[in-house]
Amino acid sequence: MHPAFSVIFLTTLIGAGQGLFLALYTGQLYSVFKVLPVQDSAHFYALGSLLAVLLLLAGLLSSFFHLGHPERAWRSAACWRTSWLSREVIVLPAFTGAVAVYGLIHYLGWNPVLYTFRETFEIDLSLIIGAGASLLGFTLFLCTGMIYACIKQLQEWATPLTVVNYTLLGSASGFLLATAFAAWEGSELTDFFGGWAILMTVVAFITRTASLIRNARIKHKTSLETAIGIRHARIEQKAQGFMCGSFNTREYFHGAPQHIFSLIKWSFLVLVFPVPLVLVSVGLSTHALSLLIAAFLVQYSGLLLERWFFFAQSNHPQNLYYQTVG
Amino acid sequence: MSQLALVIDLNVCVGCHACVTSCKEWNTSGTAGYMADMNPFSKDPTGTFFNRVQTFEVGNFPNTETVHFPKSCLHCEDPPCVPVCPTGASYKRDEDGIVLVDYDKCIGCKYCSWACPYGVRELDEHQKVMKKCTLCVDRIYDESLPENERKPACVLACPTSARLFGDVNDPDSEAAQAIRERGGYQLMPEWGTRPANHYLPRRKTSITIHEDELIRADNPLYKERQLPMPDADDPTLDETTSW
Amino acid sequence: MSNPIHDPLSKALDEQSRIEVKNTTCYMCACRCGIRVTLRDGEVRYIQGNPDHPLNKGVICAKGSSGIMKQYSPARLTKPLLRKAGSDRGDNEFEEISWDKAFEIMEERLGGLRETDPKKFALFTGRDQMQALTGMFAKQFGTPNYAAHGGFCSVNMAAGMIYTIGGSFWEFGGPDLDRAKLFVMIGTAEDHHSNPLKMALSKFKRQGGKFISINPVRTGYSAIADEWIPIKPGTDGALFLALTNEIIKQGLYDRDFLVNYSNAAELVNMDRESSEYGMFVRFEVPPEEGCFDPQNKLWWDRELNKPISTHTPGADPYFLGEFKLDDGTPVKPSFQLLVDRVKDYTAEWASSITGIPEETIKRLAHEMGITARDEKIELPIPWTDTWGNEHESVTGNPVAFHAMRGLAAHSNGFQTIRAMSILMSILGTIDRPGGFRHKAPFPRPIPPCAKTPNDPRAVKPNTPLDGMPLGWPADPDDLFVNDDGSPVRIDKAFSWEYPLSVHGLMHNAITNAWRGDPYRIDTLLIFMANMAWNSAMNTSEVREMLNDKDEDGQYKIPFLIVADAFQSEMVAYADLVLPDTTYLERHDCMSMLDRPISEFDGPVDSVRIPVLPPTGECKPFQEVIIELGSRLKLPAFTNADGSRKFRDYPDFVVNYETAPGSGIGFLAGWRGKGGEKFMKGEPNPKQWEMYEKNNCVFQYELPKSYQYMRNWNQGYLEWSKRHALTRYVEPINIHIYSEVLQKFRLAAQGKSDGKQPPDHLRKRVETHFDPLPFYSQPLESQATDMRKFPLNAITQRPMAMYHSWDSQNAWLRQIHTYNYLYVNSKTASEAGIDDGGWMWIESMHGKVRCLCRYSEAVEPGTVWTWNAIGKGPGAWGLDPDANESKQGFLLNHVISEELPPSEDGEHLSNSDPITGQAGWYDVHVRIYPAEPGEPKVTSPQFDPVQPVPGQAMEKKRGRWLTYFAGRKKS
Ligand SMILES: Nc1nc2c(c(=O)[nH]1)N[C@H]1C(S)=C(S)[C@@H](COP(=O)(O)OP(=O)(O)OC[C@H]3O[C@@H](n4cnc5c(=O)[nH]c(N)nc54)[C@H](O)[C@@H]3O)O[C@H]1N2
Ligand SMILES: Nc1nc2c(c(=O)[nH]1)N[C@H]1C(S)=C(S)[C@@H](COP(=O)(O)OP(=O)(O)OC[C@H]3O[C@@H](n4cnc5c(=O)[nH]c(N)nc54)[C@H](O)[C@@H]3O)O[C@H]1N2
Ligand code: SF4
Ligand code: SF4
Ligand code: SF4
Ligand code: SF4
Ligand code: SF4
Ligand SMILES: [Mo]
Repeated sequence: MHPAFSVIFLTTLIGAGQGLFLALYTGQLYSVFKVLPVQDSAHFYALGSLLAVLLLLAGLLSSFFHLGHPERAWRSAACWRTSWLSREVIVLPAFTGAVAVYGLIHYLGWNPVLYTFRETFEIDLSLIIGAGASLLGFTLFLCTGMIYACIKQLQEWATPLTVVNYTLLGSASGFLLATAFAAWEGSELTDFFGGWAILMTVVAFITRTASLIRNARIKHKTSLETAIGIRHARIEQKAQGFMCGSFNTREYFHGAPQHIFSLIKWSFLVLVFPVPLVLVSVGLSTHALSLLIAAFLVQYSGLLLERWFFFAQSNHPQNLYYQTVG
Repeated sequence: MSQLALVIDLNVCVGCHACVTSCKEWNTSGTAGYMADMNPFSKDPTGTFFNRVQTFEVGNFPNTETVHFPKSCLHCEDPPCVPVCPTGASYKRDEDGIVLVDYDKCIGCKYCSWACPYGVRELDEHQKVMKKCTLCVDRIYDESLPENERKPACVLACPTSARLFGDVNDPDSEAAQAIRERGGYQLMPEWGTRPANHYLPRRKTSITIHEDELIRADNPLYKERQLPMPDADDPTLDETTSW
Repeated sequence: MSNPIHDPLSKALDEQSRIEVKNTTCYMCACRCGIRVTLRDGEVRYIQGNPDHPLNKGVICAKGSSGIMKQYSPARLTKPLLRKAGSDRGDNEFEEISWDKAFEIMEERLGGLRETDPKKFALFTGRDQMQALTGMFAKQFGTPNYAAHGGFCSVNMAAGMIYTIGGSFWEFGGPDLDRAKLFVMIGTAEDHHSNPLKMALSKFKRQGGKFISINPVRTGYSAIADEWIPIKPGTDGALFLALTNEIIKQGLYDRDFLVNYSNAAELVNMDRESSEYGMFVRFEVPPEEGCFDPQNKLWWDRELNKPISTHTPGADPYFLGEFKLDDGTPVKPSFQLLVDRVKDYTAEWASSITGIPEETIKRLAHEMGITARDEKIELPIPWTDTWGNEHESVTGNPVAFHAMRGLAAHSNGFQTIRAMSILMSILGTIDRPGGFRHKAPFPRPIPPCAKTPNDPRAVKPNTPLDGMPLGWPADPDDLFVNDDGSPVRIDKAFSWEYPLSVHGLMHNAITNAWRGDPYRIDTLLIFMANMAWNSAMNTSEVREMLNDKDEDGQYKIPFLIVADAFQSEMVAYADLVLPDTTYLERHDCMSMLDRPISEFDGPVDSVRIPVLPPTGECKPFQEVIIELGSRLKLPAFTNADGSRKFRDYPDFVVNYETAPGSGIGFLAGWRGKGGEKFMKGEPNPKQWEMYEKNNCVFQYELPKSYQYMRNWNQGYLEWSKRHALTRYVEPINIHIYSEVLQKFRLAAQGKSDGKQPPDHLRKRVETHFDPLPFYSQPLESQATDMRKFPLNAITQRPMAMYHSWDSQNAWLRQIHTYNYLYVNSKTASEAGIDDGGWMWIESMHGKVRCLCRYSEAVEPGTVWTWNAIGKGPGAWGLDPDANESKQGFLLNHVISEELPPSEDGEHLSNSDPITGQAGWYDVHVRIYPAEPGEPKVTSPQFDPVQPVPGQAMEKKRGRWLTYFAGRKKS
């Protein structure tokens, strides 16, 4: 597939946004249960949510560049019954909205305690909204992942690993961002977020590598034999029917030479996993804010490459029809 | 339920591209139009077409088969392009199974084309909506046309009549009969899309010659004394049997 | 919101607009299908095949469907142009002038030439089908220097077959695939009869016939062949001779057919000392003189064991053997001579030449022979032959052949095609069901009667040419040569160099005129031919010749007029450009006097009627001819009082008669005052309307009994005489043995009186004018070091492009934007060339850098490409960096119009020595990879040209083309 930058930014930005929110909310949840210290509402949660919302909006904005008719984007909510894309289109704003409300509640301090549990644990409004938002966040991961995973013939994508990776990579980057944010805020949650970020990065490494290994071993169900219905060991296309490209050659071929392709693979493997891990570990132990920020930025840029690779690696069977100019 | 479709006879298709440009011509100035062309008179011209004819070589010299292979939307009975469309712009008509795109609803997200295994949808780069073969829906029901012209443009154009059109679910239609009798098959059956368009395979005619057909009583060479007539002195049954 | 799309019942759009549907005839190629054009608000919206047209019955091809994009092409010329003072030819710098000015220039110049030396005006026409008009104009002008494209196209096919069976493939006959069981297609990629052939092929295959294709390449039609027989180019003659050998050896020939309908049993004089050596012996009665085979020849009767007049009832001639006439003259039936000839042409021999396995050749012969013999067709159609025998039925042998330029475009093509015609004849498949069928006006006598003048004195100032500019020589005395045997014509046609060059040698006209050999001319008018590109061999040098000047600064070809509809490469070389209309904007005739569109079962002609007004100042070239003819006061265009005879072309077509009162004109349909007659009859003022009402065609279906065996069909021949198609009701016997050729050979041997070839050509004429077909390598092959240039290079017609016409077409050019050289994968990889890589192809004459594409569908000794996809930069309304000129290439740069000059500097055309057919496919090449550092563009490259004034450029030259007829406001 030809990686579209709009989609690369969309998925990585909202992934980080989702992760960041989940981190904030986890932090709040822990603090409710007194495992972690309470943070300043207006500052920490509101600002954090704002950051998440900005990421989500940037993602949304980026997605518009993917559309031929962005002014009709509203129509895309119509088919939620069948279309994961439609579902994503519904869930993304809903989630963004929920995060915004969550942040606003914190910001305005309009956060009544709704229920006190065992007299110590106070369940306030933000916690309820946050729970809903988290649910939406996870659903969004599911939707985004399923957009890809549901296309059967894109065998590189049609696996639960796709959803898992979207979830883990998004979360990891979000938690990394949360770590840096917490450090910036001087919050005690830095180590907590950092720990989760490390854990998630490690797990994501395992699942992403698993998908790489799986994809390298894929036996494609479609061959030229099934594509044109002729059984023979040697079939070669001599003419694709037009000479200077068409939508079908522009949309489905990444066009990068093999060495760039592998370079990108190795780059993302390095940038997404070991480098941020080292940076964040050192950053946490030395309390170096800049290293923590760097850890996020490095991982995020790695994710851009990862996403490029995610698309590029996927072989659309339609490409069998567009092999040769002649 | 009826399912209109094309049946393409690879046994006679000569790869002339008549179906390609007649399709473009009909559709670009009809209700499915326009079909934009980019760089029409400069470097790297490219444009929207609903139908393409490709060429494949099968086997090695001298046992090579050259196969011309026209391909447009196959109007799948279970079209993966339809459910994925977020806007409902892509739809399959109940009455005849034609899969269409409503340009007014389409947001140009291209997602349907990802879902189609066959590479037959094309985003019109100028109008920015998804387009594809309409099975000439604006022709085939047009009652102002004489009955025998209510067929897709490509079908009418095809000089070898390699393109049959009809209801593949109606066992009596020419299309269904051809599929049944001549081994019609579907592309990429592995994806369960159940394409309505079918392809008819190559068939080879050969001639068998028996040795004795080369020497016959009416061979003119007897007349020219080039072949020996049986010699009168050779023994015959007359001399050996009596009954 | 707009209307829901795809609402089939919403005719809203059309209702608001003015919709018209008009019939006319396509001319996106020379096939001439009937089309229906739908216009919306005066703009073409849709062009479809006319279902009621006999030729294409509703189908249409890729080009025909893209006619809209030609009509609205940015390459269209819309104004008469004069080369800018001070600019060079080829610079493409012009100023607009008025038609009045253009006519004045031409009138003055041509008038002067006509008064002094008419042959200094030469008129050559390319892909047109109005030779009836242009040829007549040339004759009226008085110049012998007229030809159409046939010489560089496929004249070998026409001549080879017409000189053998009295008709030919091309537009004059074809395979009866309705009834054939075995179809052998040789060297055909697309053909002139494109759509009908495709229709017939699929029908044939569906009926279960076996289709064999003999071709070095397997694409297009060959792709669907049941058997592909790859052959080395230029060697088909060897194959046919071996097939003939095997068929005769097995006794698989149709003896009865040959006895009655060919000269196979006729006795040939074998007395080497006699001046009649190699001629048929004839009995004394002086026959009636005429352009037909006199029936005074002899058979050797097996009952009486003595010679007997042919076709004597009850006679049964010997086919083989050698006999002595009473006077001691040794004679042989010509079939015996054929047997002697093919004796050594065994399958084994042919195998080594053609690359086809011996067993395959034998099997092919058996399949042909046995199918012909055992699948006999008998139709209950009674008919009478010219000897008065009544037949209760028409019979046929269902083996059909078709061949085109794969045979024709070789310099051994004439004899190869004779060999094929003889093969078809011994199988008994001429004008019989399931075999070859003629189309009116064929069959014609062998050779047809039209003759050129045979004397230079036929060219006189202010006088029409005394004879036709093109004709069919029957013996050396028919040659159009000076007293010293040198050519009268600028292209040297009908001279000893190319005696039977029945369509002229347009491909040498420019080179000859430039060199002044045989003489200089003044004005060259080129109509509808891209001689600075696609129809030039040796294109780069021809372009230089067009622009070459004498020491005094005068162009070697002083004045060049180009009549074209588009900004072709040729236009750039014109001094005066005449912008023609497109086929949708003019009247035209597909006339019985030229190349009609007849069907097997009877004559058909057709017309074009404008569906649109001319664009800009475009003027139909026909009108230019009528105007010029009138201004120059050429007799046919002028009344007795000197006034203009015809208002315009439509008026001309209606009222012109070949001779006063002849009743024969351009159109055969609806003649007679009220349209009650056909073929012959007085002018009918309503003729155009009647054609218009009838789908622009006139079709006549012959009675069934006249539809077959027409060479010998008394009824048909009488009908055809009555309707002025032929002059004689005489049998047209198949020339297995060609006396016509023998006459030339005798002259070359100095054995006959009459015209004699110049000494340096004696050997050439003697060798090639063999009365029986023989195999020799093409001339260029003989002159090439094959170790250095081991491969054959050929081109093929792409089905979706017509010559150089269609790169201006926004849709078609997306299908063929540039071209690759197709090379057998093994051959290419052995040469170190990558699939898709840059490479060189080099011949003795030049080299071209191009892109390589591997293929398994091409014989390893052959490389090929699509013809004429490459374009000159800036031509055809394309940007100078368009792919056509950067990645596309023209093979013509490695092909030469002349053979290497002989030691004494003599220049012979790279053409068939009999017919002058251009040997396009004779070139030999070698291939090698381009160096990594070389530019990634094809070579040679030319300087880009700018659009000319009036080219509808600005409007179309956007990044987008969103064609929507009638300009829908969206
Ligand atoms: N290498 C190679 N060269 C070949 C061949 C080959 O097989 N291989 N084939 C040869 C053969 S068979 C042929 S017939 C020739 C054909 O060669 P040409 O006769 O040169 O044919 P075109 O390239 O079509 O060019 C014809 C010209 O007609 C112009 N034209 C088109 N429509 C109209 C019209 O309506 N009016 C006027 N006035 N002009 C018009 C075009 O603009 C163009 O300039 O090419 C020959 N050249
Ligand atoms: N679409 C389209 N149609 C056209 C034209 C066009 O330009 N485009 N041009 C028209 C014109 S002017 C003409 S003359 C006709 C020509 O019609 P064709 O004769 O069909 O055209 P070519 O492309 O020259 O085809 C020659 C074929 O002969 C094969 N061949 C070459 N050398 C040999 C040989 O030595 N032996 C054998 N057996 N085969 C050989 C080539 O591989 C090729 O397949 O087409 C007409 N129709
Ligand atoms: S029009 Fe017919 S023969 Fe030509 S490419 Fe299309 S399907 Fe094949
Ligand atoms: S491109 Fe248009 S038709 Fe396709 S999925 Fe998107 S909205 Fe639907
Ligand atoms: S061929 Fe592709 S576009 Fe057409 S119905 Fe099937 S999946 Fe959809
Ligand atoms: S059915 Fe109509 S839209 Fe579809 S390929 Fe044929 S002509 Fe084009
Ligand atoms: S074959 Fe030639 S005449 Fe017929 S439709 Fe095609 S371009 Fe027109
Ligand atoms: Mo030609």
